[in-house]
Amino acid sequence: MSRKLRIATTSLAGCFGCHMSLLDIDERLLALLELVEFDRSPITDIKHCGPCDIGLIEGGICNAENVHVLREFRTHCKILIAIGSCAITGGLPAQRNHLDLASCLTEVYLTEPGLAHGHIPNDPELPLPLDKVHPLHEVVKIDYFIPGCPPSGDAIWKFLTDLIAGKTPELGHGLIKYD
Amino acid sequence: MSDTFQLDGKNVPFESGQTVMQAALAAGHYIPHLCYHPEFKPHGSCKLCTVKVGGRTAASCTMPAEAGLNVESNIEEMNGLRRTLVQMLFAEGNHFCPSCEKSGNCMLQALGYDLEVHTAGFRHLYPDRPLDASHPDILLDFNRCILCELCVRASSEVDGKNVFALSGRGIAKHLIVNAKSELLKDTDIALADKAMQVCPVGVILKKRVGFSVPIGERRYDQRPISAQALDDAPRLSDASSSCAACEGTP
Repeated sequence: MSRKLRIATTSLAGCFGCHMSLLDIDERLLALLELVEFDRSPITDIKHCGPCDIGLIEGGICNAENVHVLREFRTHCKILIAIGSCAITGGLPAQRNHLDLASCLTEVYLTEPGLAHGHIPNDPELPLPLDKVHPLHEVVKIDYFIPGCPPSGDAIWKFLTDLIAGKTPELGHGLIKYD
Repeated sequence: MSDTFQLDGKNVPFESGQTVMQAALAAGHYIPHLCYHPEFKPHGSCKLCTVKVGGRTAASCTMPAEAGLNVESNIEEMNGLRRTLVQMLFAEGNHFCPSCEKSGNCMLQALGYDLEVHTAGFRHLYPDRPLDASHPDILLDFNRCILCELCVRASSEVDGKNVFALSGRGIAKHLIVNAKSELLKDTDIALADKAMQVCPVGVILKKRVGFSVPIGERRYDQRPISAQALDDAPRLSDASSSCAACEGTP
């Protein structure tokens, strides 16, 4: 057996639902660990992505830090996969795209009833939000897309095992889902 | 003996007056479609059913069947075109499947599955389209409208009411309701109307029936649309039954 493939995963403007689905492959995680090892991922808590074979990215791009992390993944991953609706189309966070960002922030932090002495967060450590939420492929080249909100554990398993086996990944009826 | 034409190398019999689509479905051959509905006059607008006939493309729902035609449908060239059309329909509206009551029963979504559309393909427009929740029993979510005019046709041809129409041109084209207030509550639409049953996507929804069938057990969760559409087709000749292509609420 040749060396194990190295996989990095992260969630950008996502909810970690796709990562929960990755955990939903259940005991097949052990079979997966025979084939791969994890680099940056919530599973390892490694903070920066090193050289990898596969990068799995959940969530779209809603702030400046997302752009940095995405570019780091693109630099280090031979194959980059957008996983889930948010990574592919912007998803739920992109539901703000038809609204003006300033009026969103104003309504949420200033004018919404019940927010006494609210203010729009301005700590310099906070990444600046982007005007619009973008899917990943608008910022870097994405090699594969796994749709779903989230894709099922079975879909992720099928896609990854096809890819690792050197086949063109196919989902087919029941595994390709947008919901 | 009736005449035949060729569809993807197979003989398809037809009767005089049938379109390529009607003859194909009746003979058990699926051609992808969205705005075509067996109970209505063909509209020919969505172009999903485009086939190649003698080297030229044509909408099979409006193309009259003719003896000796050589029709190509299930070929990569046509399926690639269909994939692009589905991507454009998704990009033009706000189709957020996880929050849509029609998910699993939606023809646009099911076609995306069947054609293996994994990617957005186009920059999404994220248009601003407010809902119309004015009617006590019916919700209109314009975000999902694909302008197929099935509700327009059902309301005028079957219900005799003209509740719906399309207004504007090009990218500004949109669905409107026939009331001075522009609100559905001021129209004469009723829950039993045909217009309530024909929307292929999640625009016209009956209120208070959310999740009566769980996600994962819905129409196109069970079988792909290519198989479902063929089951629906034979009902064409059975005028007494309602059409299963109309997703009625139980």
